[in-house]
Amino acid sequence: MNENKLLTDEIYVPEEKQYSYLNLGPTHPATHGIFQNVLKMDGEIIVEADPTIGYIHRAFEKLAERRPYNQITPITDRLNYCSAPINNIGWHMTVEKLLGTEIPKRVQYLRVIIMELARITDHLICNAVIGVDTGALTGFVYMFQQRELVYEIYEEICGARLTTNIGRIGGFERDFSPKAWEKINRFLKEFPVILKEFENLLKRNRIFMDRTIGVGGITAEKALNYSFSGPNLRAAGVDYDVRVAMPYSSYEDFDFIIPVGSNGDVYDRFMVRQEEMWQSLNIIKQAIDKLPAGPFHATVPEFYLPPKEEVYNNMEALIYHFKIVMGETDVPKGEVYHCVEGGNGELGFYLISDGGRTPFRLQFRRPCFIYYQAYPEMIKGSMLSDAILTMSSMNVIAGELDA
Amino acid sequence: MEGSGQETIITVLKEKYAGEILQTESPYGFLTITFKKEKITEIIHYLYHHPETKFQYLTTLGGIHFPESGQIAVMYQLHNLVTNQRIRLKIFLPEQNPVTGTITGIFAAANWLERETFDFYGVVFEGHPNLKRILNVDDMIIFPMRKEYPLEDQTRDDKNDTMFGR
Repeated sequence: MNENKLLTDEIYVPEEKQYSYLNLGPTHPATHGIFQNVLKMDGEIIVEADPTIGYIHRAFEKLAERRPYNQITPITDRLNYCSAPINNIGWHMTVEKLLGTEIPKRVQYLRVIIMELARITDHLICNAVIGVDTGALTGFVYMFQQRELVYEIYEEICGARLTTNIGRIGGFERDFSPKAWEKINRFLKEFPVILKEFENLLKRNRIFMDRTIGVGGITAEKALNYSFSGPNLRAAGVDYDVRVAMPYSSYEDFDFIIPVGSNGDVYDRFMVRQEEMWQSLNIIKQAIDKLPAGPFHATVPEFYLPPKEEVYNNMEALIYHFKIVMGETDVPKGEVYHCVEGGNGELGFYLISDGGRTPFRLQFRRPCFIYYQAYPEMIKGSMLSDAILTMSSMNVIAGELDA
Repeated sequence: MEGSGQETIITVLKEKYAGEILQTESPYGFLTITFKKEKITEIIHYLYHHPETKFQYLTTLGGIHFPESGQIAVMYQLHNLVTNQRIRLKIFLPEQNPVTGTITGIFAAANWLERETFDFYGVVFEGHPNLKRILNVDDMIIFPMRKEYPLEDQTRDDKNDTMFGR
């Protein structure tokens, strides 16, 4: 055999049937991120798919082994950038678990508010994009305006919009300002109307239903075997939600429903996300109603930056400030796993600390990375346009996929 | 996670694999069992099917490098969604020739996770259907998450942070 064999030699193996090969990606306007899939096509039917990932791999786990704990938060922003606050807060809670810090009730409730707002933005983008991929651009533009409102809330709380770096280990850098509350209340008042309108646009829309029902389905058994989590697993009919299974940040105080689907197809995933947004709104309202008074951060001087006035006037505060900024705070030795319900499912942080200033090992359990491997199986035998729809309904976020 | 559930799991494991257990601990309430490396696939298969454990959900899987002892650990985290029990299994492999069995036959989700562990730590999972690099470029010759490879390019002299690093 010739050593310098061309790729085309392999493709044109004489077969009974002639297949064509299609490169979907790496950059394709319909995939919303950098994903490559080499599709073996029989006409317009997909016979086989071979995904390649890692185009935006940024070595987060290696980076984390060299950064002090408070400097890892910005890394987590860039995992699932559609719901960065959940990642940030999940990481803070992991470190707090390692330190054994008692978190004030008010902080926990404020975190719940932020995390549910983040969940709404995450689901909202995903569902709006499903609309786009079925040909309905109107909903997308309409919903993006609403996301803007949430980003303004983030901005009011932490100063950033997309990669939020929200909060600190121990709580928040400052209490929510009256302006922030005003914006939250405005969002709570305006958003349900728009969400309802968006839902009416698609939910019983004949074209939308024809395009999505029975497309890209997966059974509950398969989904569990592929370790699906989050809305994708619930759409297949398994009611696993980390917020209920292992409540964190006082989720046990709130009353909410876990929506489940039955077929695990695009329509079910759409509906599960849609219902989760309503539940999130409900949780936010409950959290605001029950919001306890108290401090907005825990007492962890080794990790929580002291106020500037104290740094200038108080020796101890100055020392802590210096130690935190230089990343010289030691942590206890330990091995800890903490998971939160991210926008896409169980987002886990597996952390080993050897007592030094940086983690010895930090592994992110990235839900996208785990469930995206079922994609070739899910699109086998379907049309190309359905494959696009399946991908967007799975909400595969390139940042989380490639770490 | 209550203690009695963990006791049951340990009893179930000791019934058949008492000789394989090296260490049992529960850091932060998370049952962690270290096994000898040989029978890990069999043990996970046993835990999957045993009526009292039924760990049928693979949460995560990954490597850890311990340069002092020259070992690479592979960590598996399993979850029983019905009883909400979690378990972490660990095996230690020699750094020079880390070879173990694959669990792709039990969990489809292990496919990419094992490929990732191979990519970053060089752990070879025998029987894996498609064991090649996943996130890094195919022609990379090192396993970058091993501790001997520093994060930054060592040939650079414009950055000196020996004061702050370890």
